[in-house]
Amino acid sequence: MERRTFNKLLGASLTTLAAPAIIRPAFAADPLKVGFIYVGPVEDFGWTHQHDLARKDLEAELGDKIKTTYVESVKEGADAERVIAELANKGHGLIYTTSFGFMNPTLKVAKRFPKVKFEHATGYKRAENVATYNIRFYEGRYIQGVIAGKMSKSGIVGYIGSVPIPEVIMGMNAFILGMHSVNPKGRIKAVFINSWYDPGKEADAAKALIDQGADLMAQHTDSTAPLQVAEQRGIQGFGQATDMIKAAPKAQLTSSTDHWLPYYIERTKAVIDGTWKSQDTWGGLASGMLKMADYTNMPDDVAALAKQTEADIASGKIVIFKGPIKDQSGAVKVADGSTLDDASIAGMNWLAEGVDGNLPK
Amino acid sequence: MWLALEPRGQRSAFWTYGSPVLALLLTVVTAAIIFAALGQDPAKALWTFLVEPLTSASGLPELFVKAAPLILIGVGLSIGFRANVWNIGAEGQFTLGAIFGGWVALRVGEGSGWWVFPAMLLASILGGMIWAAIPALLKTRFNANEILTSLMLTYVAQLLLLYLVTGPWKDPEGYGFPQTAMFGDAATAPILIAETRLHLGVFVAFVAALLGWLILSKSLLGFQLRVLGSAPRAARFAGFSESGLIWLSLLLGGGLAGLAGLFEVAGPIGQLTPSISPGYGFTAIIVAFLGRLHPLGVVLAGLVLALSYLGGEAAQIDLGLPNAVTGIFQGILLFYLLGCDVLILYRLRFGGKQLGGKSLRGASR
Repeated sequence: MERRTFNKLLGASLTTLAAPAIIRPAFAADPLKVGFIYVGPVEDFGWTHQHDLARKDLEAELGDKIKTTYVESVKEGADAERVIAELANKGHGLIYTTSFGFMNPTLKVAKRFPKVKFEHATGYKRAENVATYNIRFYEGRYIQGVIAGKMSKSGIVGYIGSVPIPEVIMGMNAFILGMHSVNPKGRIKAVFINSWYDPGKEADAAKALIDQGADLMAQHTDSTAPLQVAEQRGIQGFGQATDMIKAAPKAQLTSSTDHWLPYYIERTKAVIDGTWKSQDTWGGLASGMLKMADYTNMPDDVAALAKQTEADIASGKIVIFKGPIKDQSGAVKVADGSTLDDASIAGMNWLAEGVDGNLPK
Repeated sequence: MWLALEPRGQRSAFWTYGSPVLALLLTVVTAAIIFAALGQDPAKALWTFLVEPLTSASGLPELFVKAAPLILIGVGLSIGFRANVWNIGAEGQFTLGAIFGGWVALRVGEGSGWWVFPAMLLASILGGMIWAAIPALLKTRFNANEILTSLMLTYVAQLLLLYLVTGPWKDPEGYGFPQTAMFGDAATAPILIAETRLHLGVFVAFVAALLGWLILSKSLLGFQLRVLGSAPRAARFAGFSESGLIWLSLLLGGGLAGLAGLFEVAGPIGQLTPSISPGYGFTAIIVAFLGRLHPLGVVLAGLVLALSYLGGEAAQIDLGLPNAVTGIFQGILLFYLLGCDVLILYRLRFGGKQLGGKSLRGASR
């Protein structure tokens, strides 16, 4: 009884409120409203920061053809769906959802708004109006590994992982493959801190790894804390997502930096032109979505080798996941002469030989 | 001229209800000044923040969906807090409720049956209660402080969830991402209004608040809880079982938090992931105090806090203001609420004989 009255009451007030929202004519001259939702604050100087830089540049590039909006620090969970739906409700024709945890919320909202185009970063589910995109971060990891093979005296690299998902696992494996290409005895000591951004935890992990003999620091987390610890302890390391040279002028060797702009321009234009189609994009060095920061604080011959490696990956001369590759137990994962296809890379759930660390079972 | 606080000797009936209203007014005025300083039209910004989120078709349902877990947890906590039982670990009990209920959902998979969802409800209440029973046992047996034990169990609960979704419960078709499979239809909370996310949990939250109010103000049990909270010695002399009331407070709070956890994962989220709660268990503590530890007040407080989240998002989308606006608004509101409460026990007197010190001491609660 009570539930019914409650329903009725809500229903009545909803119908009156809904009327103006539904009647919303669109004019051709209107700029395309492009929405972004971020998992972190725009000042995280890592993942979200790079997306927001691209958003600003996109607005500068396309001028009055578009109008962009963003919502930052959206929690993955029940909140995400509300925010995405709100953007769609408020007339955004294209919405970029920039974290893996937004995948199911994006698909749910996409079903309710078939005319709105959605772009989800790092996920694997697509729909008629949902495309996915990501960067081949592992290409940069391979170059870092090559540099590490040359620069590490102890042959041990401390590697701070965020969450044990394929993206992070393939990065560790690419790193060790790169390292082994110049120093077959090189090892990674890996830890997972189960967070993408936690300066305190990242710094603690860095200190612990250095105490265990690591003399280089690599990270798949977003803060500058590990590099700063490296700088204080007088060792070197690699930045993540963004050029962190200012945080660690002596310690940073290079950094794999994310460049979403070329993709955002291409896809936003496609919506304006009416040529947008759902697809999966996985761009790397060749497409300009991944760039290496300047090779600094290293001898010239190492920098030259790094540049050559970068060029060879972009041209396809170096294929990173090419057999023979063994896993931690010594079992052959990629047979001699064969290479992994994108689907196998995207689902990678084993650590390569030379990585000390555990994946959850 | 001195401005002095003078104890009233007894609680002012007027300011008991007037203080939150005054606080809300002061918050709005302060927020308007801040909006103006940010270069916004204050009236338009306030409208965007406080009213606009409710004007779309999905506005009210979304407000209730956001408020439901806060209300469910807040009601349970407020009853315990009345009895001086400080359960700070609702976040962990919420998580255990989600885990227990989620276990049923995952076992059932795509199967169906009328019993599936009720079984999940019971499992989640049990899960929350088990997690709250640990501090209850430690408190009644060893006199261990429940603030510490319940809080620390929160982190244990989160690690347990993380272990399950990255390990044994991981979705085999999920490309190794930390998440379970999506729950089947039978294991999803019924939607009360089609085309919205308004689920059964919202209704349950309102019923819980009503029941909480009845228990607390109309039953002998409620009387015992209140006496234990305000005069523990009197409660002992009256022969009330202190440990019984501690157990009851924690189990009630834990059960409701567990239920809230289930409605989140079986409602808007639809699966278990490492991030099922944006801190509902902690925010609900604020909600409980904002609502004067009164179950019906908790409903209002839950709605106000939920609105501040929705308003913060609207301010970002429509005005391009940063997300920090939400936090600032909540902070100002709490600040004024606590500040205005002084008026319940004290009156302001100009030209008083002395400042602070002595006169303040007489009127501790």
